[in-house]
Amino acid sequence: MKARAMNRVLYIDLTKKDIEIVEREDLFDEYLGGSGVAIKLLDEECETGIDPLSASNPIIFAVGPLTALYPTASKTVAIFKSPLTGNLGESHCGGRSAMAIKLAGYGAMVIKGSSDFPVYLAIHGDAVHFRDASSIWGVEAQTAGRILREVEEGAGVRTIIRIGRAGEKLVRYACAVCETYRHFGRLGLGAVMGSKKLKAIVISADKSIEIPEEKRREYKKVYDEIHDVVVKTDAMEKYHDLGTSGKIYDLNKIGGMAYKNLASSRAPEEIARELSGENFAEKLLSKRVSCSHCPIGCIHLASLRELYAPGYYFKTTTIPYDNEPIWATGFMLGLKSAEDCLRLIDIIDKIGMDVISTGVILAWATEAYEKGVVTKEHTDGLELKWGDVQVYSEAISKIVLMPNEFYQNLAKGSEHASSVYGGQDYALAFGGNEMPEYHTGIACYLNNLTGARHSHLDSAGYDIDQKLMGKDFSLEEVVGALLKEEEWRQVLSSLVVCFFARKVYTPGRIISALNAIGIENWTAEKLEDFGRVIHRAKMDFKFREGFDLAKLRIPRRIFEVPTPHGFLKEEEMRKAIEIYGRIIGRDI
Amino acid sequence: MVKKLAALDVNKCIGCMECMFACSRRIGRGGFDKSAIRVRSAGGIERGFVIIVCRACENPPCARVCPTGALRERKGGGVILDDDNCIGCGFCAQSCILGAIFWDYEKDKPILCKYCGECEEYCVHNAIGIVELNVEEPGVRK
Repeated sequence: MKARAMNRVLYIDLTKKDIEIVEREDLFDEYLGGSGVAIKLLDEECETGIDPLSASNPIIFAVGPLTALYPTASKTVAIFKSPLTGNLGESHCGGRSAMAIKLAGYGAMVIKGSSDFPVYLAIHGDAVHFRDASSIWGVEAQTAGRILREVEEGAGVRTIIRIGRAGEKLVRYACAVCETYRHFGRLGLGAVMGSKKLKAIVISADKSIEIPEEKRREYKKVYDEIHDVVVKTDAMEKYHDLGTSGKIYDLNKIGGMAYKNLASSRAPEEIARELSGENFAEKLLSKRVSCSHCPIGCIHLASLRELYAPGYYFKTTTIPYDNEPIWATGFMLGLKSAEDCLRLIDIIDKIGMDVISTGVILAWATEAYEKGVVTKEHTDGLELKWGDVQVYSEAISKIVLMPNEFYQNLAKGSEHASSVYGGQDYALAFGGNEMPEYHTGIACYLNNLTGARHSHLDSAGYDIDQKLMGKDFSLEEVVGALLKEEEWRQVLSSLVVCFFARKVYTPGRIISALNAIGIENWTAEKLEDFGRVIHRAKMDFKFREGFDLAKLRIPRRIFEVPTPHGFLKEEEMRKAIEIYGRIIGRDI
Repeated sequence: MVKKLAALDVNKCIGCMECMFACSRRIGRGGFDKSAIRVRSAGGIERGFVIIVCRACENPPCARVCPTGALRERKGGGVILDDDNCIGCGFCAQSCILGAIFWDYEKDKPILCKYCGECEEYCVHNAIGIVELNVEEPGVRK
């Protein structure tokens, strides 16, 4: 198909079990794809004030103009109203998802309504099937994938997006799992799928994009230039070898990460060595794999061989690890070995929860239990203790089984649970979303507070903090840098390219890449403006749904532990939020 | 020198699909519906990948079952397809137990590796590569 003809939107109604395929060139011409198109579709499809777990919440998946055409354009953007924060839900995932959606002939998919029995969607190009998922309801995310792999066509050229039991039980930070080892992690897409009784989506590719004859030479040339930057320069070097976990040891060394619910900003040296990317690679790495159309291979899979029953019953489990999952389990919960991290990551993955949120919530619960804010009666008999993998695995299981009110509240996130039981000073959620790893300085927390997704990937505040080490800077400069980065990332996530390739896709290369496939008239300035427009559209959605800069809760804990920049001050943080509000036209 | 494409070391394959994309890109397509090479997991990514491509057999079964002679045996191994004489019967694809003959649903004709090596250019992990065939001693790599 011609590239423009692939810009179709597949509308799926799970209530009526009906579909519609609509040409939406208008949308893609103006908003490119990915985040840009998805936020526009969210605006069209999501009514103000709806319950995120009701049938009216739309799930939007969008890919971009570079998908399936250029290296590292490997991500899919999912947008929905988040059941965790009550405003913008946005999560990105790679695997085979982007290639499959695009080559099935779609630029975006909008899933609305709710089925009265469990279903999964089988989308094979233009054919969309609503299939009964009763037999796989209640099974782990990984098992569901294995079963669907056998019964559906398209081996090798498809994606299988599914939820685990956490999503079915509406745990607000349930994720959707893709190709077993990748995730639409943050903000609860899994719960939204669960609320629709949508267990899985299988999408297989059956088309290709035709480059016009007169553009073929140019396309190949630009492709090769980008490919060379990806594989022959240092633009993506750090993701090749150790992968994202390569930075853990150094981050700990500078005292820039939360350890045991931020009791301190660094783990003891022996723990840092044990949980370092170097140690994982040395002891446990079994395979590096990649998303479709990315030669980097940043996905690190570990192999864990364990004797699990007497009589020589061994099992060998393949478990993905990355920087943040190692942190959320190992550092946040005080685990003592890399193997323990893997055990917990595996349990969280199979049950289908976001690993960052899960780690932070359990860390809050552990501290609350230590302080007597939460008792054994609440925990249903569990003695929450740092480093105790067994007790944490039981707690995770209880979050999904919800045997009592305490676990029902834990399933709603740490913001909610701490509002019920207390201990808000050390409930490390920002804007309702659990914090990522970083305790690097003011920028990482401003990122958590003001970022559209309250995710470290919004504006990489941790990176800005580290670049500002030893320098004098004003609050205006920090806020300006964060905003600039977040706006620019809207361009990347609209194209959609992986953020790990952000150094590859400079404005110049983006324009060449677009030109070579017949999308013309973009300039560096226009891209910059576009980023701002998309960012503001996301913020508009947030404010519409009740987000309020003046009401942002900042846990006191972050001011009690020094960062590499020294102690942070609440007054300065509030001032910076005010500056941020002023710049985006939302004065506090 | 007669050449063929070979899966050199499947353990190095990371499943990026660059080879599949490169093959269709030769004719200006983004995707792989014209690709003569496929990579898929061996039943789950944890089991590694399978690279499916024509291994340029000697005395190739696909050429033997071709009723029109459109598929000819190449000296040294492998086959050459004459598109004009192909009637799209699909016998060749059925005869290939490797599944290395793919189908072009637009033309209703088989897709066969041309041993051009375009895909290899993009395999930075050296999982695949072009090997030279000794015509005097067919099938032996130099």
